[in-house]
Formats: sequence, C-alpha cells, structure tokens
Amino acid sequence: MSFIPHTQEDIKQMLKAIGAGSIDELFKDIPVALRPKSFNIPAGKSEFEVTQILRRLSLENATGLVNFVGAGFYDHFIPAAVDAIAARSEFYTAYTPYQPECSQGWLQAIYEYQTIICQLTGLDVSNASLYDGGTALFEAMMMAVRHTGRNKIILDSGVNLIYRTMLYTYTSNLSIEFVEIPVVHGQSSRRDLFKHLDDKTAAVILQNPNFFGAVDDYSDVVGQVHKFGALAIASVYPVSLGMLKAPGEMGFDIATGEGQSLGIPLSFGGPYLGFMAAKSELVRQMPGRIVGATVDSEGKRGFVLTLQTREQHIRREKATSNICSNEALCALRAAVFVSLLGREGLRELAEHNYQKAEFAKEQLSGLSGVEVKRSSPTFNEFTILLPRNADEVVQRMIDKGFACGFPLGRFYKGMDNYLLVAVTEKRTKEEIRRFVDSLEAVL
Amino acid sequence: MKLIFEKHKDGRRGFSYGLVDVGGAKPLPEKYRRGAALPLPCLSELDVVRHYTNLSRLNFSVDTNFYPLGSCTMKYNPKFCERVAGFEGFSQLHPLLPQLSGGGMLAQGSLEVLYETEKLLCEITAMSAFTMQPLAGAHGELTGVMLIAAYHKDKGARRKYVIVPDSSHGTNPSSAAIAGYEVKVIPTGPDGYMDLVEYKKQLNDEVAAVMLTCPDTLGIFNPRIREIADMAHKVGALLYYDGANLNAMLGKCRPGDIGFDVVHLNLHKTFATAHGGGGPGAGPVGVSQKLVEFLPISRVIRCGDGTYALDYNYRKSIGYIAPFYGNFGVILKAYAYMLCLGREGLIKAAEIAVLNANYCQAKLKSYYDLAFDKTCMHECVFSAMRQAKNGVHALDIAKYLIDKGFHPPTIYFPLIVKEALMIEPTETESKETIDAFIETMIEIARLAEDNPSLVKQAPVNMPIKRLDEVRAARKLDLCWKPQN
Repeated sequence: MSFIPHTQEDIKQMLKAIGAGSIDELFKDIPVALRPKSFNIPAGKSEFEVTQILRRLSLENATGLVNFVGAGFYDHFIPAAVDAIAARSEFYTAYTPYQPECSQGWLQAIYEYQTIICQLTGLDVSNASLYDGGTALFEAMMMAVRHTGRNKIILDSGVNLIYRTMLYTYTSNLSIEFVEIPVVHGQSSRRDLFKHLDDKTAAVILQNPNFFGAVDDYSDVVGQVHKFGALAIASVYPVSLGMLKAPGEMGFDIATGEGQSLGIPLSFGGPYLGFMAAKSELVRQMPGRIVGATVDSEGKRGFVLTLQTREQHIRREKATSNICSNEALCALRAAVFVSLLGREGLRELAEHNYQKAEFAKEQLSGLSGVEVKRSSPTFNEFTILLPRNADEVVQRMIDKGFACGFPLGRFYKGMDNYLLVAVTEKRTKEEIRRFVDSLEAVL
Repeated sequence: MKLIFEKHKDGRRGFSYGLVDVGGAKPLPEKYRRGAALPLPCLSELDVVRHYTNLSRLNFSVDTNFYPLGSCTMKYNPKFCERVAGFEGFSQLHPLLPQLSGGGMLAQGSLEVLYETEKLLCEITAMSAFTMQPLAGAHGELTGVMLIAAYHKDKGARRKYVIVPDSSHGTNPSSAAIAGYEVKVIPTGPDGYMDLVEYKKQLNDEVAAVMLTCPDTLGIFNPRIREIADMAHKVGALLYYDGANLNAMLGKCRPGDIGFDVVHLNLHKTFATAHGGGGPGAGPVGVSQKLVEFLPISRVIRCGDGTYALDYNYRKSIGYIAPFYGNFGVILKAYAYMLCLGREGLIKAAEIAVLNANYCQAKLKSYYDLAFDKTCMHECVFSAMRQAKNGVHALDIAKYLIDKGFHPPTIYFPLIVKEALMIEPTETESKETIDAFIETMIEIARLAEDNPSLVKQAPVNMPIKRLDEVRAARKLDLCWKPQN
C-alpha cells in the first residue's frame, strides 16, 4: 500500500506536460555510478498485516506490572479528553504555524500553553516547547553562559543523572567548567555550594524535588547566587507545582523541566515535552519558537510567531539555538490537561500524590530491615535503604508483578542497597499494601 | 476567539480525582509550599473540549488542505500509524524498565521495533549503523556534528571549521556553531550548484566537515556530488548529509553509496509521521563504519538467542543525546509506514513526489521565474521577482493562496533566491489537487499584472486579516494576564 492517488493515465498526462518520456528520465541527474548498490527492503504489507505485527510486538512488552518506578518519568492518569483533542487531525497534521492567518488555532493554543507554564512556574515568559527536560536544561544553561559571559556551572548532584550526563555530552566540545555539589542528607549541600560560588559562575543548577525525591526551599541559595551576578536555574516536576513553592517564588531566573507528567504517555521515552520559563529580561536569550499576541489590520486580536530574529532560520550560526521542530503536540496535551484540571484539579492531583507516597512510606517503615530515608520531606518519591542489593529485590519483585522502584546503585556509587520509589495518584491503597507485603516476602 | 483564561469561572471543575483513599499524613511544612494560589483557569470538561475543538478548526492541516510547504514534506500521515502508536503495550511502557536488572525482557517488543527500524534505515541510506536517539532533525544535526568532533578528537586533531553552502537550511550552520565550530559559507554559482572554485579554496586540513543537503534546497541533485565528497575526504574532512530531502532519493540514490559519513533523517518528513503543529519529530542519525564507535549510548543489540538488549559498552561513545531511546512513538509510526509501503512503495513514493514537483514546475514556469531552470527533484523553487515589480511579493501570494484554501509554499527560503516560493507537493496529492493549486497560482500571476491590490489585500476570507508582526515583537505579549 503506498497512499498514492495517481492512475496510469494521470502519470501519462503529467509526463507529457513536463515533456519527459518516462519517470526515469526525471532522475537523469543522478549518475549511474551513484545508483543504489542494493535496496533490500521487504515487500509491502497490507494495513491489516502491519497492524497485526505491531499488535503482537506491543504484547511482548510487559505493561501489566504495578508501577512504582519514577526517576523523573511518571505513571499518571490521562483524562480521555486530552487524547480526544490531541487526536484532532487539524492539530496533528499541521506544521509549524509560519502562516498565522491559517494557523490561529495552533498559535492561540501555544500562547495558552505558554501562559500555563508561566502560571505553574511563577515566571514571566515561556517558549513554545523544547524536546525534553534534559535538552531544556542544556538550553537554559547556555542562556546563562551567554547572558553572563561566564562559563562556570555549579551543578547539584541531586539533578537527575540522565540530565547531568546529557549536559556533559553536549558540552564536550565547548569550554564549560562544571563543579558538582554533593547531596548531603538528601539535600544540596549549602556549604559546598557557597564555597564554589564566585564571580566566574554563570549559573547554579538545582532540581526540585531532587532525584532522591527530597523537597527543598532554595530561596537562600538563589539569594546568594544573585549576589555574584550568576543565574539560578531550577529543573522542576510540574505536577509537584500543584503543591510546592514555585521556582519564581524562590527567585529562580529560569525554570525547565520534563512535561511528560502533564497528560503525555510514558511511551518508552518519547515524545516528551521540554518546558522552559524565565524572567522577562532573559526572553531574547531564549531558544525555540515563541508565540506573541498582536492585532490584525482591523485591530482584532491574533497570534504570531515572534522574536524570530533569535532563531536559526534567520540568524543561522549566530542563533540562540539550532532548534527548529519542537514538541508542539505534547505542549497541546499539557495545555488541555492543565485546563481540564484547573486550579482545584492540579492541587488535588498533587495532594493525592503526596498522601499516597506518605502512606507508602509509613507502611514501608513497618518492615523490618527497611529504612525509609526521612532527613528531608518528599513529594511523591522517596528513597529506602534495603537490607540487601536493590537489583536482586527489583528482579524478585518483577516476578510478583511489581516494578518496585529504581535501584540507585545504577547511578550512584555505594548506593547498591538503595531503592527510589515513586507513588502516583494511580496507585491504590490496596496496591500499596500488596507492594509492601510482597517486598516483605522477597527480603 | 476568547482565550481559555477568559472563559474561567470560579468553582467550575473539568476533572476530579475523587477522594483520596489514604490520608491523614502530616502536611508538607509551610516553607516548602506554594504561597500564592495557582492562577489556573476553572472550566467544565465541555468548556475545554469545545474550546480546543473550535481552535483546531482555525488551522490548515494536511487532512483539510493542500500543504505544499517546501522542505517540510507534508505528505499524508496514514491513520493506522496513529492507531498503532496508541497500543497500550507501547504507549504505557516506562522507559526505565529495560534498565532494571533483568528488565530487558519487559520491553522486547519496543526494543525489536528500534532494532528493526535501524536495520531498515541502514539499508535505505547505505549507512553502517543508526542512533535513534535524536528527537528532531536539528537535534540529529547537532548529534552528527558532535560525532564528527569526537572522531577528529580521537585522531588527535582539533579541527576548526564546518563548511556549508549558502543554500543550506539555517539549522546546519547553527548546529555546527552550537557544537563549537566556526562556519564557512560557500556561495552558489550562477548555474545553481555550489561554487566549486570557492569550495576548493576553503577546503583544508582545518575543516572538520562539509554539510550538504542532497538534493539541495533548490530541489536540484548536483551531478558532481561525488567529486565534492572526494575532495572533502582528501583533506580528511567528513561529509554530512542533511536528510530533509531524502523523499526524492528513496531507492534512487543512497547517501552511503555517494560517500557520506553521517546522515540525519527526518522521520516526520520522509516517513510520514505527523508533524504535530511543529513537532514531535524524530531525527535518527546514521554513520559509516569509522564513526560507529562514537554513537550515543545506549544502543539496541540483538543477542545470540534472538532477544534484544540495551548495550552501554562503547568506550568512545559521545554519551547521552536524549534521556532514552529517541521519540519512540514517532519511530514506531515510521516503522509501521515502512513495513506497509515496502520496497516498491518507497520507490514509488520518490518517483511520484518527483513527478508532482516537476509537473508544478512545468505548468508554472511561464508565469513565475524559476530560480534555476533544471529538472527538479521533490520540490521546485520559483522567484516572485516578476510579480514583485508590480508590488506583489511572495508574502502577498502566500496570503492569497490562504484565501483560496491552500497552505502556501515555503516563502523567502532558500535565502539565496529573492522572493522565493518553494513548492513541495509530495506524492500523496492527486493531479486534481495540484491542478487546482496551479490554476490559483496562474490567477495570482494574472492579478499581479491587472489588479495587484486584490492580492495585496488578502486574506479576506479568514477569521483574521494580516497581523501586525512588528507590533508583536516590539510590544511583547507572550503570556496572558488578568485585566482589572
């Protein structure tokens, strides 16, 4: 099946209009020596056959496990209305809204998304989306480097290791100096952080809640960072913002994060949604598309892509970023998700996550040999110390039907017995009880 | 239309999580909690659904309109691909499951999709291996340039420059700059091809890579591409293939056979995954054998027993480009598309895409000036200079097309063509649709002679007239605020 509408007669007429004898003639500029040495692609299949093949493959994935794995990517419920709107093909088969008059739906939706991101983060401006939380953090870091003209980055080791690894990868050819700050008792070590903070520092990068699930109030850190003329960057988990102090309230200059938790399926790692919000004075350093409101020739409100002189298609090698495609459809999902929930719904969602995680903590702390780390408060994810290697426990729990958490030994040396456990609103009291019972049985 | 925030009413709910079945936990201490109440809007589910449904109707899209946006390959996105990506076994899979000890078996279906897609892309492009991690075309470019940098570094050379032709996509120079290179730009000669004299002059052992689009952004296949490749290799530079225009090449020519070392593809172009209003895309990167060891980790491998696993054991890998394995949902749709079309279908896609573009070119070339009068590949590029003399610019033509229900071609790109109109019909559009578009283009050419003001007023049939873009940039309004 090829989805091509042309009849033989169409092709004949079109070739005649072109003045070509055959379709092959149209490819005459490709020298014979450069024709494919092979093109061993299997013959085409019907829609039914392909659907069957992929149905079978989908069933080879284990999705029946009760999930307590988070580590920055969470198993949240997605209301049906989010899927219904994202399935409108007037949205998903359009392209970047370069032509505003025939793209007002997209442009307004993105303007609303930008507003929602500003409302959640407590900051002034947002862009139209970036690829994911990790690339958004890299872009934020580069904004700080350009803004300050400095190249030292203080990076808290409570920032997701996946993101830290991405930052190191992206800067391997650039002259950026990183200093990593240890996490002590679950929270960023102020002592180490302040020791390294100086007038060469471009930015301090923190995460809230941090990778271990610990919640912090970084207002004190941000105050110090600003004294040295550096920028403070927070990577945040948007669902937690229904409860936690917003980055803007703590004084952060830029907030980024992974928006997957806002109505986007886990989908084995993507497509996800990198969001970014900043103080208004940084807007010209922002990467990516930005939508602005304006008026038409009759004074009627409308929306356009704006500040395009920052972007690669105009500024080329001097652009603030090379980003072109973004994650617009995921941004739309986030906008619909948050609009549906509203202020009450998002507060409720955060509350459910917090309550359920606290319940799980309480239940787990009753298990002998299990220590729930309580040095700092947490939101919906927390660290437990097991009496044996967490990898083994994870394996045994899979057999019992649970993805029971993320073993920290994979990312942190000397933490082989630690497990990071996430509890979202989807986990019922009964599931949590069974989880605790099963854990007891395998220990 | 009102904004969603302007439809807010205190007390309305669109979704409720019900009562929490556990409770009684001590609240989080005040100092960690949000001070101000969340300023989000409150609406009913119907309010929200009607709002976004009505917004959707203000868009042109492939499903509703002809969308010949050059360089973007806006072909039809088969519906079954969307359905497949929605299968719960795929959509609900946590990406960390296969990274758990013994967890590889939990994701065999998805790992197989990644592995098999990589194999197909290798054969289509004649490259040795692919990373599926890059999340869009430009992200693939950055990955590709970083691989090139790692390669040179490994050889003990810190090369300084990346060469791009002036007809290149803006992402090429921008990606090279972000990866730490200085950019050298080669002009296009009067024949429409990259100026080889200038190219020779700029090539030396300080050049890390030459980035080319093939066919180029003028829609032209450069018959001397092999020579250009050989010259780059002679000074030790690597050759980068921007795959934005691969649609014309399927089964006709493979970058690896020409001698390209790095290739990025745009799955949302050539392989029919929906563009989603600007994304998500997917930009897998293929490499020749000498670059395989630098690819990002993890990589999906097939074990002796036929199972699939993640492999992190690449000492020289550049690291993590994405948090996981790429935009899996997008890769899955491209895989489904390739399985469905198969060998013959892919070749036919290239053939009909080229036929449609040449048909547009032939039918319009007596009305508009061709940038370069050559057989084109998947797209043709005109200049509206003739019309501009009467005050009708590319932008005006675009707006008039909108009034007639056509999404405009790409305008003002490539930058080297004044008043550029870049038309890419794609293979899934019928002769009737293209004829209707051609007719409107001819009508505009006539109006430019007889009644230019009619074109300059457009659009008049849309919900809004032309927007004041200067005001948008000067009086920035990027975020709604309550009025009072």
